[in-house]
Amino acid sequence: MSSDKAIIDISSWDGTIMSTDFHVAASTFAELWNKSDLGFPHWSWINSPKRLGFAASKVEEGYLSLESMILPTSTEEYQHQCGLDGIEDLTCSKEDVFDDTAILFHRQYVALNMYTYPCSICCDICAPVFISYLSMVEHCHDFALKIQKDGHERHHYDFHIIYSSSFRAPVLYFRAYCSDGEPMAIEDLEKDFPSYTAQELAISKWTFITQEEHPYLNRPWYTLHPCGTSDWMKLLFSNEPSVVSHGGVAVEKYLTSWFSVVSPIFGVKIPLKLSVNV
Amino acid sequence: MESNKGGRSEALKYIWEGAIPLQIHLHQSEVTTLPPPPPALILAPRIGYLPLLAQKIKPFFSNSLPPGVDTIWFEYNGLPLKWHVPTGVLFDLLCAEPERPWNLTVHFRGYPGNILTPCEGEDSVKWSFINSLKEAAYIINGNCKNVMNMSQSDQLELWCSIMDGNLDSYLRISSKLKLGIVVDDFSTQLNISSPKSQESTQNADGTAPAKPGRIPVRLYIRTINEDFDELEEAPVVESWDKISYINRPVEIHGDGKCFTLYDAVTKLLPELFGEKLPPKDDVSREEVEVGPRLSPEETNKSSMDQSGEMLNERIVSCSVSDGAEMKLLRIQGIEPKMEIPFAWVVNNLMNPEYFLHICVYVKIQEPITI
Repeated sequence: MSSDKAIIDISSWDGTIMSTDFHVAASTFAELWNKSDLGFPHWSWINSPKRLGFAASKVEEGYLSLESMILPTSTEEYQHQCGLDGIEDLTCSKEDVFDDTAILFHRQYVALNMYTYPCSICCDICAPVFISYLSMVEHCHDFALKIQKDGHERHHYDFHIIYSSSFRAPVLYFRAYCSDGEPMAIEDLEKDFPSYTAQELAISKWTFITQEEHPYLNRPWYTLHPCGTSDWMKLLFSNEPSVVSHGGVAVEKYLTSWFSVVSPIFGVKIPLKLSVNV
Repeated sequence: MESNKGGRSEALKYIWEGAIPLQIHLHQSEVTTLPPPPPALILAPRIGYLPLLAQKIKPFFSNSLPPGVDTIWFEYNGLPLKWHVPTGVLFDLLCAEPERPWNLTVHFRGYPGNILTPCEGEDSVKWSFINSLKEAAYIINGNCKNVMNMSQSDQLELWCSIMDGNLDSYLRISSKLKLGIVVDDFSTQLNISSPKSQESTQNADGTAPAKPGRIPVRLYIRTINEDFDELEEAPVVESWDKISYINRPVEIHGDGKCFTLYDAVTKLLPELFGEKLPPKDDVSREEVEVGPRLSPEETNKSSMDQSGEMLNERIVSCSVSDGAEMKLLRIQGIEPKMEIPFAWVVNNLMNPEYFLHICVYVKIQEPITI
């Protein structure tokens, strides 16, 4: 991290990202992802056609897109690994550092992020757990794409990361379709997701993943509700050694860190080095 | 001002009581009886949502429907109507010249899932509302804890107040959310001239004037390629691609100057007004008094005495840049004067989820991709 890059003072930071910095963070993330060869499709920046009303946002016009991804299967591989309900998908390999606090964190994260309603969970409570979660993710090396067994239909996922000026944060939009192009209903999505995500869907039907209008395409897409994002992003950065030592948050790391927390919802683990080694 | 409980103006009362007369026809493909059922006439609250009318509408048509079940949806001139947009906004946006009754077609089959987000009845609408409320709370306060921490009973009461159009109940619950809306110089003026409203404004906000902040705004831009002089000549909206839907907060920096509706719109649509903003006097405008006065007591006592009029039949032409021209700006069925303080507009004309919905008609010379 070089000193000439944009740095935000962590003490006064509210966990959000400026619209003007979003494109920078998106470019950095896409570049890292694409060169890391994770076995997934690449991210690309989609320039949005000129639209009336979008000049004021000062955002580099567009959003980040990754299309036709096949999620790692959460069946067979994991079923025998761990008896604890709802956590097996977090394991990446048998050597993982992995304990109850991490599981607890994930639960709290989901609640914090996705607003179990009403949600009274405060960031302060889960900070130590969060660290543990991070250390667990860090030890994940085996994130290769699992080949789906015969008889399982492949579902394709399109992911778009779009800046929300309401929340001053990235928001994930996605859609899923079968190999014949037929869009998938939420009930079918659940079968693709790790069990903890499916559980959360059942508990928080209206506040976790819902269909909303895609801001650029004006069509229904699934979206992850973003109103806890700034809280956990602040938490994430305030405990990171590089932030502490440099005294600030590097905006270009924002999206990489953000996605490392969001992607496990889909059973996709990305190595923490992606965000640490910016 | 007997209606001024909880510190809101009488304007809010008008908005809550505002309704659009609908004449609803069953789509011919779903008619299985002869003669076909007559259209249903129903009053739809402005602040309500179309699927909430299902209970009232279905009995009119249930005997004529083919077997099967599906979700209710509405269309206007072939355009499927987005259910998460408040009914009044749909009317303002799609009916250039207000059509009364508004002729809509209802469907109970063949939900167009590629265009409309799925709707599982009242629950979907309720959660769409609550999620919007959370978004507004985040914009205003930087978090949505107050909304998320609402008790189940308050949440239910808040929703029921919307369903029943019970403003008093709504104000009682929503005041607990502490979503302080900005106060402006104009309101301060009103306070001086009207002790009652001063008292209530302080009850509601307790804040100083000209507070900087972010205002939740949903902006709907209907673009029209053809030239037209009268609103009734505006072409029918055939596709949502003709409408840009923008969800962007307006920031007020509180630099001491009065921040007007004009200032807000130029911030939202700078491309319409170009780099250098014309003086406000350049905004050519025709005015006409139509409909009930919004808030007689307030408007009489200020220089803004025309501001609250229901204006709905004249085209406002605003400044032009690159051949784009704003033909009309409509909020809650009103064409407000552009120099009204924006905070007044927000405080009085916002919807119950704390978003101000602004409909704008823009004429553009060259088609652009939406």
